[in-house]
Amino acid sequence: MEAIGDAPDRSLFERVGKDRAGMEAIERPNLTYWQDAWRRLKANRMAVFALCVVGLYVVMAVVGPWMTSYSYTATDAKATDALPSAEHWFGTDMLGRDLWSRVWMGARTSLMIGFVATLLNTLVGGLIGGVAGYYGGAVDMVLMRVVDVLYGIPYIIVAILMMVVMEPGMGSLIVAMVVTRWIGMARFVRGEVMRVKESDFVAAARVLGASDATILVRHIMPNLMGLIITNTMMAIPNAIFTEAFLSFIGLGIQPPECSWGLLAREGSQTLSIYPLKLFFPAFFISTTMLALNLLGDGLRDALDPRLRGE
Amino acid sequence: MGRYILKRILISLATLLVLVTVVFALVRLMPGDPFSSEKMTPQVRQNLERYYGFDKPVLEQYLTYMGRLVRGDLGYSMKYANVTVNEIIAKAFPYSADLGLRALAIAVSVGLTLGVVSALNRKKPIDAVCVVVAIIGTSIPDFIMGYVLQYFFGIRWGLLPIAQYKGFAYTILPSVGLGFYTLALVSRLMRSSMLEVVQQDYVKTAKAKGASRFRIVRKHMIRNAILPIVTVLGPITASVLTGTFVIESIFAIPGMGKFYVSSVQSLDYTLVLGMTVFFGAFLVTANLIVDVLYGIVDPRIRVARG
Amino acid sequence: MPEAILDVQDLSYSFRTYGGEVQAVRGVSFEVMPGEVVGIVGESGCGKSVTAQCALRLNPEPPGFRRGGRMLYKGEDVFAKGERELRRMRGAEIGFVFQDPMTYLNPTMRVGAQVEEVFAGRPGVSRREARSRADEMLALVGISDVARRREQYPHELSGGMKQRVMIAMALVGRPSLIIADEPTTSLDVTIEAQILELLDDLRRKLGTAIVLITHDLGVIAKMCDRVYVMYGGKVVESGGAEDIFYRTAHPYTAGLLGSVARLETDCDEELKAIEGTPPDLFSPPPGCPFAARCDYAMRVCRESPSPEYRLEGGHRVSCWLRHEYAEPVELPARCAPEAAV
Repeated sequence: MEAIGDAPDRSLFERVGKDRAGMEAIERPNLTYWQDAWRRLKANRMAVFALCVVGLYVVMAVVGPWMTSYSYTATDAKATDALPSAEHWFGTDMLGRDLWSRVWMGARTSLMIGFVATLLNTLVGGLIGGVAGYYGGAVDMVLMRVVDVLYGIPYIIVAILMMVVMEPGMGSLIVAMVVTRWIGMARFVRGEVMRVKESDFVAAARVLGASDATILVRHIMPNLMGLIITNTMMAIPNAIFTEAFLSFIGLGIQPPECSWGLLAREGSQTLSIYPLKLFFPAFFISTTMLALNLLGDGLRDALDPRLRGE
Repeated sequence: MGRYILKRILISLATLLVLVTVVFALVRLMPGDPFSSEKMTPQVRQNLERYYGFDKPVLEQYLTYMGRLVRGDLGYSMKYANVTVNEIIAKAFPYSADLGLRALAIAVSVGLTLGVVSALNRKKPIDAVCVVVAIIGTSIPDFIMGYVLQYFFGIRWGLLPIAQYKGFAYTILPSVGLGFYTLALVSRLMRSSMLEVVQQDYVKTAKAKGASRFRIVRKHMIRNAILPIVTVLGPITASVLTGTFVIESIFAIPGMGKFYVSSVQSLDYTLVLGMTVFFGAFLVTANLIVDVLYGIVDPRIRVARG
Repeated sequence: MPEAILDVQDLSYSFRTYGGEVQAVRGVSFEVMPGEVVGIVGESGCGKSVTAQCALRLNPEPPGFRRGGRMLYKGEDVFAKGERELRRMRGAEIGFVFQDPMTYLNPTMRVGAQVEEVFAGRPGVSRREARSRADEMLALVGISDVARRREQYPHELSGGMKQRVMIAMALVGRPSLIIADEPTTSLDVTIEAQILELLDDLRRKLGTAIVLITHDLGVIAKMCDRVYVMYGGKVVESGGAEDIFYRTAHPYTAGLLGSVARLETDCDEELKAIEGTPPDLFSPPPGCPFAARCDYAMRVCRESPSPEYRLEGGHRVSCWLRHEYAEPVELPARCAPEAAV
């Protein structure tokens, strides 16, 4: 036998056997799914910034109108179409109403509609899709045929017609939006429930004797929650857009109430002379949608289980 | 593949049927009376009502309408004297179609290119630029974009015409405004699809065979990355179409969108119904075409397991 | 003496990641002679695939980079070559067979075209010629009804057939060496036998050398002239197949052999799994990579990297147990079959 190497100290050749402690090294701290997701989200600066922006708008929606003495409906024939000034921070509209309060009252309406409509969408669609996905079989077949057929209907057209039929206003807007949009969410949730249902860890749980309810709550739900949250978040900009669109063509919120879409409509009428009146609502609509998009992206990355531990 | 197409056609027909029925019901429910603003003698009013079948029960009206519909007869407009709905649509649709097609062409071609370029140049400045443009683009609704373009390029700087549709220059602002959102969306989708494809194992195989970068991108990456984009072509077409409503009114283009909104507001029942059915049929057909296209493009669907 | 086709000299290769540097390959040496079959055995994460992919520089660089050592193909260092030269080599000098044909074949491209693609962009081979050579190779790898099969898409073929297509892709350029990275891991056992036989057959017909990477000892036994056992980024033992099986010299190899059931294994006998998990390559242990899991480990094993000892007839082992100060140990090995008279 030929040795290649130097001759170290004899005592080093004492047998010590396996290193039980060092055998299975776990290098990273043990975090739960949600802790890890939160950690990743916090690290994403764009998403955090977006969250702050949305938060700011929400706060302003509540507080903004109180910050000035002018009410959002009070007209003032002597100060129509005024530029921003110390009195009217955003200027006034064609009837002399203070734009600052109108913008923030509009924020209330638009944001509320956006969030509530989307939430209801998720609930309705999620419930139906979840039931179809979980029980499968005949229930699923019937529901899905219905969904397939309804999915092809251009929602905006139905929404427009519904708005004409119903009394325009916040409630009917929300109803119209939910009725036409729940289908997308239902399809999505059903697909996800089916995917998780077939996965190995659910099969394992079943083999170990878990009841249906346990499986649903402890295995299926947590795996879906992340995706559902992300999808919901990304659907909000769409809801805000739809409200803006409908109000813009005159079928949504009616004056003297206001929403950002309505303000955009009013502003567009004098675009060439007083562009600012369109600028403000347009700016807020766009930045809200932008922030929600970024936040949605960030959430999606943070909640993606495949990226855990990055 | 044949089964796949058949299934899609059946569902499309069912969708169309449901759509027409729902719209019919909604239109009947619309408050107000289409003739209330006209000044007419009771006799004339009665004649009109009989023609439109208002004196008959709703179900019969529905069946009459369906019967006429199948023959392609959409009836007469209630507001525009002596003009059929078909005639109105025939005059207005070409404008909308032209606008929509231009917007789609811009959106898809530029969007795909941006998506590919940005995915292949990850972490370089061009990627950051594309991503920013894409994110901003998907946050600005098309009607706002329309106004922004109109204001800056038309009113402020006077570079391009902002109303009507009389020549090539007139089409630029409206189609860009209409297509911008979709462009951004397509580029985002393509980018993320490409990023996924780039990591796929078969790309490594291609590299191991000595294929050039260009070839790998073209035949292996883009071919596979484009599949998910095809699936959203349907909804994209729909959103471009609905976008025409507003863009047309912003830029004073005599297309269907303008007629539609005004007909809703003036309660011109038959026009609303007719245009809705037309829109609906158009979109359902577009979706059908996209579904079939997807079946062709993805060999896993096209060729059943042999 | 013929020159080695592939000569790896103390190669070290790492990846730069957010978490730090991952040392995937830490000083690996081996060589492949023309026409022979060399096996590389080891568990997932031991660095065998990374080493293999270095031959064609298939590892993504960045984040991968060569830390040290050389890899010579026909005498020239692969790491000194430019992209154009590498592209020429790929497919024509060295062919690669990947593990899972399901994901390693482009789902939107017909299989015939994928085999032909090896010739794309190479001067001197017309499209017609490429096609006929591809068809010839497809027939050679045992695909029946080539004219029909070549027009099909991967999802229309069975697992075994897909792998045959992969092999055809690797060989159609008549390379001098093919590297097969776990070619049968995702296949059924019966198909596995066919594929191995095919590889052996082709080797004899075409004179190609093969580097066969696997974690399956049975495969090694069947096919390989020489074997290298890898663990934790290093080669721990190497030699002929007989040396490895019947004169096992490293505790890890012994553990691998002991953990696999054989025909003679009693039903009551427990299979001995090796306790523990492979080392963390972010901060690899300073000494022998196997020390933490080794029953015979000594203090020196944990502190200093083991030197390489040459045993009889080309059999080598990297283990402190061979040192004169170490208490000699009898490793459980397979019994050689009784020699037939």
